[in-house]
Amino acid sequence: MIELVNVEKHFAGQTVVHPLSLRIEAGEFLTLLGPSGCGKTTILRMIAGFEQPTSGQITLDGADLTNLAPNRRDLNLVFQHYALFPHMTVRDNIAFGLKMKKMAAAEIRSRIDEAVAMTQLTPLVDRYPHQLSGGQQQRVAIARAIANKPKVLLLDEPLGALDLQLRKNLQSELKQLQRSLGITFVYVTHDQEEAMMLSDRIVILNNGQVEQIGTPREIYRSPSTLFTATFVGENNIFSSAQGELFAIRPEKLIAVREANEGKRSGVIQDIHYLGSVHQLIVQVDQEPMTVTIALDFTDERPWNIGEHIGIDWDLRHEVMIGS
Amino acid sequence: MRTKRSPWLGIHALVMLIFIYVPIAMIILFSFNESRLSAEWSGFTLDWYTSLFQNEHVMDALKNTLIVAITSTVAATILGTLAAIGVRRVARKLKLATNALLYLPIVIPDIIMGISLLVLFNLMEIDLSRWTIIIAHITFSISYVYVVVTSRLSTMGKQLEEAAEDLGASPWQTFRFVTLPQILPGVVSGAIIAFTMSLDDFMVSFFVAGPSSTTLPIYIYGQVKRGISPEINALCTLLILVSVALIFLAQYMLGRGKGQKKQRMLPF
Repeated sequence: MIELVNVEKHFAGQTVVHPLSLRIEAGEFLTLLGPSGCGKTTILRMIAGFEQPTSGQITLDGADLTNLAPNRRDLNLVFQHYALFPHMTVRDNIAFGLKMKKMAAAEIRSRIDEAVAMTQLTPLVDRYPHQLSGGQQQRVAIARAIANKPKVLLLDEPLGALDLQLRKNLQSELKQLQRSLGITFVYVTHDQEEAMMLSDRIVILNNGQVEQIGTPREIYRSPSTLFTATFVGENNIFSSAQGELFAIRPEKLIAVREANEGKRSGVIQDIHYLGSVHQLIVQVDQEPMTVTIALDFTDERPWNIGEHIGIDWDLRHEVMIGS
Repeated sequence: MRTKRSPWLGIHALVMLIFIYVPIAMIILFSFNESRLSAEWSGFTLDWYTSLFQNEHVMDALKNTLIVAITSTVAATILGTLAAIGVRRVARKLKLATNALLYLPIVIPDIIMGISLLVLFNLMEIDLSRWTIIIAHITFSISYVYVVVTSRLSTMGKQLEEAAEDLGASPWQTFRFVTLPQILPGVVSGAIIAFTMSLDDFMVSFFVAGPSSTTLPIYIYGQVKRGISPEINALCTLLILVSVALIFLAQYMLGRGKGQKKQRMLPF
C-alpha cells in the first residue's frame, strides 16, 4: 500500500502539484488521468524518487520513502520512451536490475525466463533494442521492470508512442498481466478511454489539483466537477434557471418529434451514423450551444437535418456539477 | 523537369579546392623527389623517408612529441570527460558560464595561449621543460574533449541513467554500466582529437618548450629556417597522413553507438 500525505510540489515558485493525499491499496490498478501539464507525471516521479516533494510524505507499506534515493525504493518505473539500454541485449536489459541486486546467476536466469515468457519475448532475448519494433520495446521495458518483482509498478504513459491498434492489444495484455502478478499498478495517461478500460480507480487531475477520485463507473455516472464531466466521455452541460450547472450524457437525452414537448428545443444540425448508435447534433434554441443526443439501434424513426425537435430527459439523469 | 545549373558553381568549387590543396599536394609530391632541390622533378625515391628515420634529431623530437601527446591526451580526456559530466548537474546559469569558459581556449589565438602560459611559468618560476609543454597541451585539449563529450551526453539524455537508478544501480554503477558505455565513442573521439591537436601544435609549444624538449613541429620550424629539405617534406607528409587518419577515426567513432541518433560531424 502506498500512501501520499499532503504531497506538494513547486517548480521555480509555481505550484505544479497542490497538496495531495492519496491511499493506493495493494494490488490496485490506479490511474492518474489528466491533460498534459496537469502534474500527473510529476506525482509519478515523486513516488519513483526522481523528484523531491516540496512538502509532504510518501510511504510504502508504512515505511517512509520521502528521502530515499530511487535505487533504494522497492518499486519500478516503466518509462514513456522505454529507456532501454541500447548497448545491451534484451536479456541483459532484463538482467540489469537483478545483477545490481547481486542475485545469484541461477535465480537471474529463472527470473528472466519467467519475465520473457509473460511478455511473449522468448524468441527475442538476444536482440538489441534497435532491432525491435515499438511494441516489442515496450514489452521489454515492462519485462525489465517486473523481473525485479517490485511491490509497485509505476507506468508513465507506457503506450503513448504506439499506434492505435497496437495500443488496444497491449491494453488488454497489461490488464491481464496486472491481474496475474497481483502487484499494484500506478498508471499515468491522458487517454480517458484507456483509463476507463484499465483502472480500478481513477484520479482526475487538472492544473495540479485533484478534480475527482473514483471507480470508472463513478467517474462516468456522477462526475462532481465541470472538468470531470467534460473530460471523461461525451457530455452535455446545461444551466438551470438558478444558474446551476448540470450534465446529461448523450445517451440519456431523448429526442421528441414536437418541439414544445421537451424541456428544451432545437434544430438538428448534423446526424452522425456510428453503427451501433447514431448521434443527433442539435443547435439549442435561444442558447449558443449544441447538444449531442445518442440514439441506439432500436430508434428507427427518420430524423432529418434542419428539423425542429424537442429535447427531453428524465430528471434523475441530471448530474449537478456546481455553478 | 531538371533545372539547369550554372557551370560557375562547379568551376568555383574546383578553383577553391585547388587553392586549398595544391600546396599540400606539392609537399607530398616533392617528398618523393630524387633531387634535393624542390624546383624540379628528377625521379621517384623513398630515400628521404629512410634518412628521416635514421636522423637522430628527428627521432628525438618524435619521442618528445609522442610523450607529450600521450600524457596530455590521457590527462585532458579524464579531466574533460569529468567536467562534461559534472556540468550537467549544476544550475543553468552556471552551466552556460562554464560552457563559455571551456569553449574559449578553442577560439583564443594560439599565440596568446603560448605567451600567457610562458608568462605564468615565469611568474611561478617553473623551468621550461617537457612538463611545461604537457601542461600547456592539457589546457587547450580539455576544451576539445569537453565539447565532444558534452554533445554526446546531450544526445543521450537523462532517461537511461534514471532507468538504471530505478533498477537499483548506485550512482557509480550507473556511470560504469550505462553512462560510460553510452558516451565512450565521444570520449574516444575527444581523445583522438586532443592527440591530433597536441601532435600538430607548434605555436603554444614554441613558447613553453624547454631547450631539450623539441617537438616535431618545432624541429620542422627550425629546419625550415635553413631551407626546405626533402626530409622535411617527408616528415610533413607523414604528419598530414597521421592527422587526417586520426580525424577520420574520430568522426567514425562519433557515428558509432547502437540505436543512437547518429551524430557524424564534429561539433566545431
